[in-house]
Amino acid sequence: MSNLTDPIIGPVIDPVLELENISLGYQEKRILENISFSITPGEFVSIIGPNGSGKTTLVKSISRTLSPETGFIRIKGIDIQGMSHKTLARNISVVMQSVDPVAMEVGDYVLLGRQPFFQKYQFFETSKDVTIARKYMELTNTLELSKSKINQISGGERQLASIARALTQEPLLLILDEPTSHLDITHQVQVLELIRSLQQTLGLTILVVLHDLNLAAEYSDRLILLHKDKKNIYGIGTPEQVLTESAIQEVYHTRVMVQKNPVSGKPCIFLVTQSEIEKDRKYEIGKIDHEK
Amino acid sequence: MKNAKLKRWGIIVLALSILLVLVSFLALCLGSAGIEIKNIPGILIHGKGTSDYSILVGIRLPRIILGLSIGGALGLAGTMLQGMFKNPLVEPYTLGISGGASLGVCINIMFKFYNQIGIIAYPLSGFAGATLVIFLVYSLNSQTRHIRSNRMLLTGVMISYVASSLVMLLMAISRTDDLQNIVLWIMGSLDESNTTLIQLALWGSLAGLVVSYFFCFDLNALLLGEEEATNLGVNTTRTKKWLFITASFLTGLSVSVAGIIMFVGLIVPHFMRMVTGPDHRILLISSYLAGASFLIFSDIIARTIIAPLELPVGVITGIIGGVIFIWALSRKQVTL
Repeated sequence: MSNLTDPIIGPVIDPVLELENISLGYQEKRILENISFSITPGEFVSIIGPNGSGKTTLVKSISRTLSPETGFIRIKGIDIQGMSHKTLARNISVVMQSVDPVAMEVGDYVLLGRQPFFQKYQFFETSKDVTIARKYMELTNTLELSKSKINQISGGERQLASIARALTQEPLLLILDEPTSHLDITHQVQVLELIRSLQQTLGLTILVVLHDLNLAAEYSDRLILLHKDKKNIYGIGTPEQVLTESAIQEVYHTRVMVQKNPVSGKPCIFLVTQSEIEKDRKYEIGKIDHEK
Repeated sequence: MKNAKLKRWGIIVLALSILLVLVSFLALCLGSAGIEIKNIPGILIHGKGTSDYSILVGIRLPRIILGLSIGGALGLAGTMLQGMFKNPLVEPYTLGISGGASLGVCINIMFKFYNQIGIIAYPLSGFAGATLVIFLVYSLNSQTRHIRSNRMLLTGVMISYVASSLVMLLMAISRTDDLQNIVLWIMGSLDESNTTLIQLALWGSLAGLVVSYFFCFDLNALLLGEEEATNLGVNTTRTKKWLFITASFLTGLSVSVAGIIMFVGLIVPHFMRMVTGPDHRILLISSYLAGASFLIFSDIIARTIIAPLELPVGVITGIIGGVIFIWALSRKQVTL
């Protein structure tokens, strides 16, 4: 799908999601200013950036939990401010960082994803709703958890149940806010592999907030790197274009080394610790002294 | 999956309805003048004019209807508020809604609004007080906008204290006959002879039940938090507003007709959640029916235990409810 997207001028076919001059903040504090980008159907886009750079805030504006101070957000060309909450939930579904541990059965929780489709005065899920929920529970390996309660399963299982619920909304765009942040490496890979397979088999468009730069590089078609001080996008494009040593130095104020992952060929980031830098400097100084 | 659910819910509603009917019959039989259960149908059909008939229809039946209305209304209000706040301590009383309603009614008694606009002044003033408190609690916390915050609950508790202090202030400066009115009413009792008020309570609480069902899916989604509910297509601002108004209406109605009856709104929803699970489609009706049975049952005890004297029913609900609740807590972990 990524070949349909020109990384510089953006998508060349109609975007699923379009942000135009979005400014966001809480009360007096502006967090993001004049953000514009768009995502084409079937793309896997990750938002990356340091803590406090507004990744989650940006996602909240798309799910309409936070209203932007300026600008427009469009889904398939339609402004979301004019949409009913239900219509929006039929187009976008969101997997949040964590699910509240409620004493609700996983099966019932996943079925909540059908609520935006309920007719007026409809009181029960139809058999179609149940079939759809089962289908996505199968896909996410949560079917056997169906009778367990949310507050009795592990964080990883909860995350999968949350993805099943989001898929049950059958959206155009699936948004995930740091889906791997509370998970161990096994579950991190499991969740991201699942998301990629959803992109490939269902043609789902994915927008995901990720902390781990290497995971983002490995799985995304495009990256959006947010800059905290500029309150804007620092770079947008393929992982190779965005994840450069200088970009990370400027955005994260951290020295790293970027190399090609020998397995996947994607950029891979290595930390350069302070002691390594010191050693390096001492070596350089020593060399100069020696030359003298 | 769906059929099993339907069957389970059907059994729960049926069982609770049978319980309500049984408790109501018990309430018809028991009292200072004992009437045997097997005689009741006969008296009701043929006994018009006898003293037994007037005891049953004129005294005990209105109390049962009132118990059903108020118990149901309080159980329902508690269910809605606990679902929204996802806090096990929330009920109309802790949020200060009851306090606001009682302040409203006290002002009505002192300034004798009921002389000008009739008996309707009671529920109106109760509703006005309850709505005012909810509005205050909500707007004082409008900065955070999140109802889940402890701040909101704390504001409610504080307003509740302020309201009860103001009620005491009013009592201290009121004339003796007003004072007696206020004290009698505040103690909480189902002894209400005005048929207009009883009818109003019945239809009002049933209307509350109907309105609550428009929001049963929203309440289910709200269990996961406001943000998740928004993601599930719930217009949380509108839903919260309507739920607050409905809960204030139900509480204002209950307080103005029957005084302050604590614990029903706290215990009944909890207990029912253990039985039915967290789905509000079954929880709302269950809490209504169980609240009704519980209050009618408490009233039986209140008026028979030291007969011919009568205890305030609030005392009984507090004792029974509290004990049952602690017992249930120790048996099973309670979560929302």
